[in-house]
Amino acid sequence: MLAEVLDAAVRLVAIVAVFLVLPLVAGQMEHKVMAHMQGRLGPMYAGGFHGWAQLIADGVKFLQKEDVVPAAADRRVFALAPAVALVPYLVVLAVIPIGPGLVGADLDAGLFFVLAVMGVGVLGSIMAGWSSGNKYSLMGGMRSAAQLMSYELPLVLAASSVAMAAGTLSLPGIVAAWQWWWLPWQAVGGVVFFVAGLAELRRPPFDMPIAESEIIMGPMTEYTGIRFALFMLAEYAGIIVLSALTSVLFLGGWHGPLLPGPVWLLLKVFALVFVVIWVRVSFPRFREDQLQKLAWTGLVPLALLQLLLTGVVRVAAG
Amino acid sequence: MTERVVGIGAGAAAVGGGGGTGGGVGGGKELATEDMVLNIGPQHPSTHGVLRLRLTLDGERISAAEPIVGYMHRGAEKLFEVRDYRQIIMLANRHDWLSAFANELGVVLAVERMLGMEVPVRAVWTRTLMAELNRVLSHLMFLGSYPLELGAITPVFYAFRERETLQAVMEEISGGRMHYMFNRVGGLKEEIPEGWTDRVSRAVADVRRRLPDIEDLLVGNEIFTARTRGVGVLSREQIMQYGVSGPIARASGVDVDLRRDDPYLAYGELPVKVVTRSAGDCHARFEVLLEQAKVSLDLADACLERLRELPPGPVDQRLPKVLKVPEGHTYAWTENPLGINGYYLVSRGEKTPWRLKLRSASFNNVQVLREMLPGHLVADMVAILGSMFFVVGDIDK
Repeated sequence: MLAEVLDAAVRLVAIVAVFLVLPLVAGQMEHKVMAHMQGRLGPMYAGGFHGWAQLIADGVKFLQKEDVVPAAADRRVFALAPAVALVPYLVVLAVIPIGPGLVGADLDAGLFFVLAVMGVGVLGSIMAGWSSGNKYSLMGGMRSAAQLMSYELPLVLAASSVAMAAGTLSLPGIVAAWQWWWLPWQAVGGVVFFVAGLAELRRPPFDMPIAESEIIMGPMTEYTGIRFALFMLAEYAGIIVLSALTSVLFLGGWHGPLLPGPVWLLLKVFALVFVVIWVRVSFPRFREDQLQKLAWTGLVPLALLQLLLTGVVRVAAG
Repeated sequence: MTERVVGIGAGAAAVGGGGGTGGGVGGGKELATEDMVLNIGPQHPSTHGVLRLRLTLDGERISAAEPIVGYMHRGAEKLFEVRDYRQIIMLANRHDWLSAFANELGVVLAVERMLGMEVPVRAVWTRTLMAELNRVLSHLMFLGSYPLELGAITPVFYAFRERETLQAVMEEISGGRMHYMFNRVGGLKEEIPEGWTDRVSRAVADVRRRLPDIEDLLVGNEIFTARTRGVGVLSREQIMQYGVSGPIARASGVDVDLRRDDPYLAYGELPVKVVTRSAGDCHARFEVLLEQAKVSLDLADACLERLRELPPGPVDQRLPKVLKVPEGHTYAWTENPLGINGYYLVSRGEKTPWRLKLRSASFNNVQVLREMLPGHLVADMVAILGSMFFVVGDIDK
């Protein structure tokens, strides 16, 4: 009995630690990678060595700032929104396997759980947009809702292709069943999943709900201090979760030669984080209707094609 | 302390406040909707300052747009009337802070014309060179800031790298990085520094070599094309009606460029290539700007070549202690980076002008937004606004 409690406690602590550290690493990586791609240096002072402590310093700064709630805001919803945006990613992290047997909670319907919970995150954005009492925020919230219509279906379709291939909805089960030749086999699905995931995270080029040059951070316009920091943390936690999920579903998770499994997963995750940053540096922003066009005339058919391919190969291979 | 409702009440606030229309229509037929009035600015990142647009929105679609100008009005024209001509140059170079040199130019051209003054040849060619470098500087700014508004965050850093390269040589000759104050009535402030022309050649070559960095990121990019092509089309008629000029007009096929059509400085002897496009959309405007930057670099090279051949001589003229312009009036216009910039100078023989009317490009260019914006989405509004290449100081004077 005690052993079970201890076991759960250790797992929880580990997950929270990962949840607190990895997004910061991703954030710092974004600072530096983006800077060097743009001919800058990025943070250089905080912490001494190449500004490694910049985000910690930012966090401390955000903590000290006044937490303003606009008088016209719907206070309770306004206060709750950052949590709604952040917590789902923490929960998702609990079911992502990082090695054989190394998983916070092994759910039989893990994939289903992950997709369902990740969908909740966007509610935070809509809540924030609605409750802020600000027109820009309202438009951002509406854009978030409109975006939801476009990415959710390709995301689910692409993920279900992997589930079909593996014959299980359990995430550790999917990784265990993974073979190297799944890479070309599931490549289309992988790209669709990743692109739809970017849209879910509202990362460039799909950052229309935030669009600081149009609607001034959208739902986050009125947020200050620690609540704003929580939204930012949610964004980077989201990047980690999306990269981890893509690695687990399409890139074979912990599989890889020589190095231990968790290291391989980390490598894959950060390779994908790099791609996320790279895309941000390179591309302008879509318009909301252009994303919907891309999703419904591009991503959905591709995902269906992938499903078909998966089905045919499964039947042919017996 | 009472709690004041600041802000503008949308979302929960508007509904919670019982804003009359919510439950107007029953029976589940169609929700009552109401247009939302959205003020873009005066403080908004895409207005580059304090332009204010009063938009009426139906959802995200703009049904009416009204540019409200004047937040940055500094009374430049009135100030001109109580300053002597040396001081006016300083005031005049400030309304469009991205093309200070070109702004100075109009004033001195007008005064020199009234005085019947002949400007030394070397000064004329140096002015032409600096005007073209100034044009590249201004264009680079917009080549960087326009993508930024469309969400491409990288080109602006490349643009600023090139601007630094050019600003270094401008700073070397004039001492200023933005407000050069290098024109004087009758010539230039100082002699060209030793070896400066070679350094300018190098800077121009560097910028020309690296300009494709910006180009490659955007031209041909599917998202950039989708966001700009066919968006904010400006017709020839509208351009004529509103007096739109500069790269924006040329992007709609209005083939007007004062450097070729009414040559001033040394442009008459230069092969000025006028860049035009016919589409008239945001994409065409961006293309014109990019192409013009390259043309200006070529013109700068031509000026440098000429400057090297010219025999030594003065770059300025001795002026009387009190500079009085004879009675009369004249209109001097120049092709500024953003369009036609004109000064109507009326003198009564005093040391200050009786009236110095300033016709600035952005003022006219921005008015046409009223006709361009309706029918577009808010996201397009940003694309259009960015492609209208304006400086708020140039609007409000």
